Amino acid sequence: MKQDRIIHAALTVVALSAIGGLALITAFIFKEGLPLIVKVGAGKFLLSSDWYPTEGKFGIFAMIVGSLAVTAGAMVIGAVFGLGCAIVLTQFCPRRAAGLLKPAIELLAGIPSVVYGFMGVVVLVPLIREHLGGPGLSVLASSIVLGIMVLPTVTSISVDALQAVPRSYWEGSIALGATRWQTTHRVMLRAARSGIVAAFILGMGRAVGETMAVIMVAGNMLDVPTSPLDAVRTLTSNIALEMGYAAGEHRQALFATGVVLFVIIMVLNAVALHVSRRRGERAAA
Amino acid sequence: MAGRFAAGAALAALALLPLGCKGRSQRPVSLVGSTSVQPFAELLAEEYHRRHGEREVDVQGGGSTAGIQALSSGIADIGTCSRDLKKQEAAALRPIEIARDGLAVIVHLGNPIDGLTRERVRRLFSGQVANWKELGGSDVPVRAIVREEGSGTREAFVHGVMGKVRIWRRALVQESNGSVKELVRGDPGAVGYMSLGLVGHEVKALRIDGVAPTSAEVTAGRYPLSRPFLFVVKGTPPPAAQAFIDFALSPDGQKLLAGEGLVGAQ
Repeated sequence: MKQDRIIHAALTVVALSAIGGLALITAFIFKEGLPLIVKVGAGKFLLSSDWYPTEGKFGIFAMIVGSLAVTAGAMVIGAVFGLGCAIVLTQFCPRRAAGLLKPAIELLAGIPSVVYGFMGVVVLVPLIREHLGGPGLSVLASSIVLGIMVLPTVTSISVDALQAVPRSYWEGSIALGATRWQTTHRVMLRAARSGIVAAFILGMGRAVGETMAVIMVAGNMLDVPTSPLDAVRTLTSNIALEMGYAAGEHRQALFATGVVLFVIIMVLNAVALHVSRRRGERAAA
Repeated sequence: MAGRFAAGAALAALALLPLGCKGRSQRPVSLVGSTSVQPFAELLAEEYHRRHGEREVDVQGGGSTAGIQALSSGIADIGTCSRDLKKQEAAALRPIEIARDGLAVIVHLGNPIDGLTRERVRRLFSGQVANWKELGGSDVPVRAIVREEGSGTREAFVHGVMGKVRIWRRALVQESNGSVKELVRGDPGAVGYMSLGLVGHEVKALRIDGVAPTSAEVTAGRYPLSRPFLFVVKGTPPPAAQAFIDFALSPDGQKLLAGEGLVGAQ
């Protein structure tokens, strides 16, 4: 009994430390970043794209647009290919092959992001520059690299969602004479919809937060991108690029960039949580 | 309670582990700072280690300002810096010039232009020239590639070329000499700047104001874009660090740097 209590206490401490870490990080980012947002004015900080830290001008509009553009592009790629993979793996593929393919896709998640970035710079960027024009380092290149990076997240969560649909739905649909594809898109995808939406949102969270690979292929220019072939700077790369040098207000401005990023990711996670909870309730009902 | 204590002890043991391993020889001298100085410092460190066996020197990048910060906070023994110290930095720290480096303006090998005036370089980087045609080159759009805010190379460039003129906001930003070079190597319209000592043969360094970008011209003081490579210390450095600085300034160390295209310190 005594041992039980000790283990209980130890595990509680470990569990609390994770939450404590989150609380500390949150408090720190906001403490460092908020004063600058207040000083510059939230409107000006968020809506101006003049980022000249040495002149005391801090506006991150271009980077917000950049992060959103790159993420949207990545999600188009990640959603199409990730969902496609999930459908094939759960509906159209012999169980044996699926058992081999799914871990293979999940392996993608284990490749370090700097390797993705390097592949992007060496292979993708010259291709885009030579065949589509522009500098090569671009929204498009970043979207493709990030799209591949979010594939494992989107695929494996979608697969789980599709597998969680009761077998009887599938059998019922086939018994009524529907073809496999009709069953898939009319029954299975609908039943698993909220899980798939959660997969997209979690993938989006990963895309918004990715830094290293994006710095390498995005070009990091300060202006608002006007075409997919334009270079772009995201919120994360802005922090990572200038972090080593920043002091004083510049440093605060980078933390303030972090605050904006934090809010964006928290909103995405909250939506994902909400969507997947609703799924849980419906399944219980 | 016992559980917590055991966990704490295990953590402490883990934290001590790396120290225990290095305990047999002295702590390596740590250099942190400019990515421009880094390859040369690494070269010096290798040679130094080869000659003095047990003495280790650990070289890290991060940027000039990061190096100064690491030095000020006591993380590094020596900060490396590829620009002059700012006033408030100079008050507390002591710069030691180990060499001078030219700043090369580089273009793609296929670019027909061989030289530019500083005024034209300024126009390229401020976005006033959109196409190389306007400067007598081929019909290719100009793509300016700059270093990130705070980089020593950028500051030297702004100081020597841009003056009060802002760098174009549509310029691409890269975070090291290596990636600037990699981009310029592959892009016929690109123009960038980097450490002269690292240029190599894959890109073309332009003549500036009619002067060829060579270490001889930098030594002679004719090449207009040059900057110091500094080892920065705080007060009296630890003896091991001082020994490495002495090596860098010794005739052997200077010869090594000159062999890599730098100009020795006077």
